[in-house]
Amino acid sequence: MTGPPPSPGGDSPGRRTVIRLQDVHKVYHMGGTRVPALAGVTLSIHEGAFWAITGPSGSGKSTMLNLLGCLDRPTHGRYLLNGQDVGALSDDALSELRLRELGFVFQSFNLIPQLTVQENIELPLFYLGWDSAESAQRAGELADMVGLADRLEHRPTELSGGEQQRVAIARALANDPAVILADEPTGNLDSATGTQIMQLLAELNRGGKTIAMVTHETEIAAHAGHHLRLRDGHIDAIEGGD
Amino acid sequence: MRRLRIARNIRLGIKTLLVHKLRSLLTVLGVVFGVGSVISMLGVGEGASREALGQIRKLGSNNIILRATKPVEDEQASAERVLMSMYGLLYEDEQRIRETMSSAVQRTVPVKQVREQGRLGERAIELRVLGTTAGWFDLVNRRVVAGRVLSQRDVDQRAAVCVLTEHGARRLLATRHTIGELIRIGGNCLQVIGIVRSEQSGGSIQTPDQHVDAYIPLDLAREQYGDMTIRRSAGASERELVELHMILVQVCSTDQVRPTAKAIEWMLKRFHKKEDYRIDVPLALLRQAEATKHTFNIVLGSIAGISLLVGGIGIMNIMLASVTERTREIGIRRAIGAKRRQIIGQFLIETVVLSTVGGLIGTGVGMMTPWLITYFAGMPTVVPVYAIVLSLGISVGVGILFGLYPAVRAARLDPIVALRHE
Repeated sequence: MTGPPPSPGGDSPGRRTVIRLQDVHKVYHMGGTRVPALAGVTLSIHEGAFWAITGPSGSGKSTMLNLLGCLDRPTHGRYLLNGQDVGALSDDALSELRLRELGFVFQSFNLIPQLTVQENIELPLFYLGWDSAESAQRAGELADMVGLADRLEHRPTELSGGEQQRVAIARALANDPAVILADEPTGNLDSATGTQIMQLLAELNRGGKTIAMVTHETEIAAHAGHHLRLRDGHIDAIEGGD
Repeated sequence: MRRLRIARNIRLGIKTLLVHKLRSLLTVLGVVFGVGSVISMLGVGEGASREALGQIRKLGSNNIILRATKPVEDEQASAERVLMSMYGLLYEDEQRIRETMSSAVQRTVPVKQVREQGRLGERAIELRVLGTTAGWFDLVNRRVVAGRVLSQRDVDQRAAVCVLTEHGARRLLATRHTIGELIRIGGNCLQVIGIVRSEQSGGSIQTPDQHVDAYIPLDLAREQYGDMTIRRSAGASERELVELHMILVQVCSTDQVRPTAKAIEWMLKRFHKKEDYRIDVPLALLRQAEATKHTFNIVLGSIAGISLLVGGIGIMNIMLASVTERTREIGIRRAIGAKRRQIIGQFLIETVVLSTVGGLIGTGVGMMTPWLITYFAGMPTVVPVYAIVLSLGISVGVGILFGLYPAVRAARLDPIVALRHE
């Protein structure tokens, strides 16, 4: 496959830890009452792993993904992303971390409607300060990889749901992130298209990408090598752990 | 690198604004009309005031113009068919000014007006002739079109010569070939020796040579035509006895103008029983015109401020709506790694693009309107460069000022909440 150079050591025994959660708590305050969303989660995700995070609604899946995505900071405990302590970072530093280390794939694709496919894929590169020729070339390669090389000039609304999600995946890969975070990536797709998207993610994982995916469908979770089940903010079960 | 980023940001901003073409256009209209009206009003105002100032300067800033005016009581008396009205400036007045104020007054030019039938060849027409001295042509400095003007010798010798104004030449159908020919004015034959330009432009300020057809030596006028004029109108005859219709006083220096005018006024008041004269001080008019212009500019500035404020509020309103509408986009950008200041930059650039485009279109409109006014209404207009620079600068400023709040609001959004926004 083309695209970002695969991370080294995907199969070496002493694999690097990309994500490390140590006794992570997250408490929300709603009208004076404390609502614990995560209560002491400890987890390590190694480079090149594919994790599915499942659980019933209210189990803390979304909170977990927001924390992993550096969109939020833990109330208590430590989160190390590529060795950096997320809890201690400023808003700007968190933005920088997301820009360099993370790629997001959302349930509702979240492409920017007034931009073309190419411009959507280029978005992270724009914030990274790449010049337009370089980013155009990279966007072309990524579109080719997800099979949309002929749609570069199209607007998101002119694409099918599956195609939009492919664009979103291409965008998530543009900055060659350490981790791809996927939030119900097949939730808005029919099952056939959903399977194609999962195959694409699995292929990326085989190429060395670390992926963490939140889903409530067990079939979809089965595509991942590791499975974390949450219940009431606690880890209920880990399957296929390393 | 950084400049490149800004250029890309601007391109992106324009693209985003073009998504909602009609909305962007309507948003921009406020600034367009604001800037447009400011520039066109400044253009019209500047044109009018320049014309006024130019006319006043033509009167000479070191000059004082005394004119004979018919007093109000005589005006009423003439309605009752009184035989004769006597008023106006006297030969003595001129002499007194010349002799008693010799330190401040450089020269005085007495002027006597004669209305007589004029005849050149077949053409006969009533002329307004001024009897004056050679000094007139120094004080009322106009280009000599052909021939020459009255000399001191002509005046001293009461030579039977006359100088036509362009206005008079046109009315008499005289050309440069008329010079040397004889013209009949009343009962006398005079030789045409030259043609001079005359200032005929209208407006509120009356130039001394307005509607004048010809000039002749003062003493000739006095001797041949006398001080009495008989005007016949609608069957009634009206007799007037006026010695001098006008006295031009040239003062040595500008700062002597006001005291001299005061002194003349005091003197005339003493020797005239009625107020049958008027004192025009071009310098005072000039000051007044400048003060008026200043006031006008302040009023205009306030209107400009208000209209641009309204335009700015319009932009802010739309940008706030845009921020709400694009909450999810903001969330996406933040999730991807855009910093707060980059979001602020993005929205600020959009507003500045809007207001600048508005400013540019407004400048176009603002320059077109005065041109059209000049073209169709014949009013002089001048669009000053400072008006354009100022308006454009202010419209950019309006963009920044009114864009800042929506942009900061966009940047303050919590990315998690923004991403969930429908």
